[in-house]
Amino acid sequence: MVEMVARPYAAAFEAYAVQHPEVIALSADLTSSVEIDGFRDRHPEQFLSMGMAEQNMLSFAGGMGLAGYRPFIHTFGVFLYRRPYDQLMASIAYPRRKVRLMGFLPGITTPGGMTHQAIEDISVMRSIPNMTVLETGDATEVEGIVEAADSIDGPVYCRVLRGSVPRLFDSPLKVGEMRVLAEGTDVLVITAGITTEEAIRARGALDKAGVSVRHLHLNTLKPFDAEAIVAHAASVKHGVVTLENHLVAGGIGSMTAEALADAGLGKKLIRLGLQDTYAHGGSRPYLMNYYGLDAIALVRGIERLMGIETGIDEGALEAVRVDAVHSSVKAEAL
Amino acid sequence: MNIPWTEREKTAVPSQAPLQNEKTTEEIALGVRRRVFEHTIRNNGGYLSQACSSAEQLAFLYNEALHLGQPTMPMIPPPFGGVPSADNPDYVTGAGYNGPFEPQYDRLFIAPAHYALVAYATLIETGRMAPEGLEMFNKDGSSVEMIGAEHSPGMEVHNGTLGIGLSTGAGLAWGRKRKGEPGEVCVFMSDGEVQEGQTWEAVQAAAHHGIDNLWAIMDVNRQQCDGAMDEVMQVGDIRQKFIDFGAHCVEIDGHDLEAMRQARAENHEGKPLIILAYTSPTKGMPILERRFPRLHYVRFKSEDERAEYNQAIAADLGIAPVDYAH
Ligand SMILES: Cc1ncc(C[n+]2csc(CCOP(=O)(O)OP(=O)(O)O)c2C)c(N)n1
Ligand SMILES: [Mg+2]
Repeated sequence: MVEMVARPYAAAFEAYAVQHPEVIALSADLTSSVEIDGFRDRHPEQFLSMGMAEQNMLSFAGGMGLAGYRPFIHTFGVFLYRRPYDQLMASIAYPRRKVRLMGFLPGITTPGGMTHQAIEDISVMRSIPNMTVLETGDATEVEGIVEAADSIDGPVYCRVLRGSVPRLFDSPLKVGEMRVLAEGTDVLVITAGITTEEAIRARGALDKAGVSVRHLHLNTLKPFDAEAIVAHAASVKHGVVTLENHLVAGGIGSMTAEALADAGLGKKLIRLGLQDTYAHGGSRPYLMNYYGLDAIALVRGIERLMGIETGIDEGALEAVRVDAVHSSVKAEAL
Repeated sequence: MNIPWTEREKTAVPSQAPLQNEKTTEEIALGVRRRVFEHTIRNNGGYLSQACSSAEQLAFLYNEALHLGQPTMPMIPPPFGGVPSADNPDYVTGAGYNGPFEPQYDRLFIAPAHYALVAYATLIETGRMAPEGLEMFNKDGSSVEMIGAEHSPGMEVHNGTLGIGLSTGAGLAWGRKRKGEPGEVCVFMSDGEVQEGQTWEAVQAAAHHGIDNLWAIMDVNRQQCDGAMDEVMQVGDIRQKFIDFGAHCVEIDGHDLEAMRQARAENHEGKPLIILAYTSPTKGMPILERRFPRLHYVRFKSEDERAEYNQAIAADLGIAPVDYAH
């Protein structure tokens, strides 16, 4: 059984911030939902309530950067770049302010539907010059994201998991270092965030079916280590499958395609993720299944890539974790 | 042009006459509170305080203020039918629950989409949706989404990103006015929306272009996600601000239907009308006062607490406690 960690971000942020007085938490009326309510109550001098006004918040953070502070902006990922995109560009990215954009509920991890689901954030963020993009895939990475983000000399966008988070890794997140989770020889599987757990679920069954998987977990999406990706891709027989909690356009699948093409490596690539569609509201397991982001979708993708049938069905995969709608580790339904 | 409701009534085609007002608006407001309460107890959580604050407003809109035709959608909401796309020609929004898009009928936007639960309960109370609709709330594959989506009953656009509703309403109203349509546009708003700059841009544009077939009623419950608005981000004298930005703005007790009727009848020629409905986020359910100022989403901490709220609120609403599965 996987160990589940309750609210890893809350403790990690507090522990780090109290050691660094130039770190200031900014919040846009989602303080409990982004797990910094306890921090606000215990350290009011290091917390700024900005109200539900994201455009102002981003330029304000840029101004704080001028004063030598390192603002950590906390809200849902979507609210960090959709409405305040212009502010993000002009006040934060261009001048390379050390603003840390902590984006919660990445992709389809929220039941809030289109307006709450950051499904193109990686695409948007990685195309912004000067921006660094990190993504957390387990509790250990969430625990390390605060320090990792603050080590960046410039702005950084982080996809952060919250609530009850599985612990998959025991070594801390290191910016720029991907994790090699399996070293098989048939197919290269590349995942990040919540899709890593899906790939782990599928791997046992794939092993039994005789498919040898090489599995990479990414936590640093920009800068993207193209050289390492190409080397791993070159070492497998059949090609590459990417699985991401994001649109396939502009995300990990696209980055991988660019890396392979740039290197002139002719390998088949199957990009799994949202296929040029908006999502809608629903539970995470339902949405992952509906949009083909789960373990079974990965198995089918690998079958397609290799031109085989593994005989693996849902039953052969390890049980899906189903989060309670009203778990005590969530502030509200969102 | 600001055609009074009674006159617009005369222009309506008889076969498309609005639904009969079988219940009084007070009864509908009570029914809305009961349904949202039942739902919240059964699901061990919900947007309950929004029912306390806005039940009269939504009941007023659907039962008397808006001129709406018969629903064009099935009483039992269809499952989620996909998102807008060239490959999805059968896509429809949930606006059909408010009746057909015809020139004489009004249009409504629920700007704070988390009020969907209250809006759905109002659709049921006014005979526009079957009670089964609420059982589909937030169920996988259902169109009755927690944060009202464009395809959810009673919704015409996505408003889950707050502060965009009034702009959409203003644009539609401008278009309808130019086309000479007598139907008006109403936007139900929340007070958190005044923190977003876009709200002010919307008023500015509506005033500049003399869009007076547009009106809004705002649930001023002084609450937002983090708690009391004054603690989170002070917004000052919003009535004066709306006036300064060019709207006609009146303040009322949002639980006083007579005051609401009078406010709606205000002359606002050449300007949008904004009604600020000052409300209590615990109205009708005093036990919720204990949770003040954390009322945005009510979730029970224990089975004991859930049972206690069930007993207390049921008694306040004059119904039997909900018999829920533990
Ligand atoms: C642009 C945007 N920012 C943040 C949110 C998250 N959010 C949802 S409801 C809400 C509170 C807004 O205040 P109000 O609607 O008055 O809340 P209520 O009275 O229902 O508590 C917030 C911040 C959002 N939906 N949209
Ligand atoms: Mg409010």
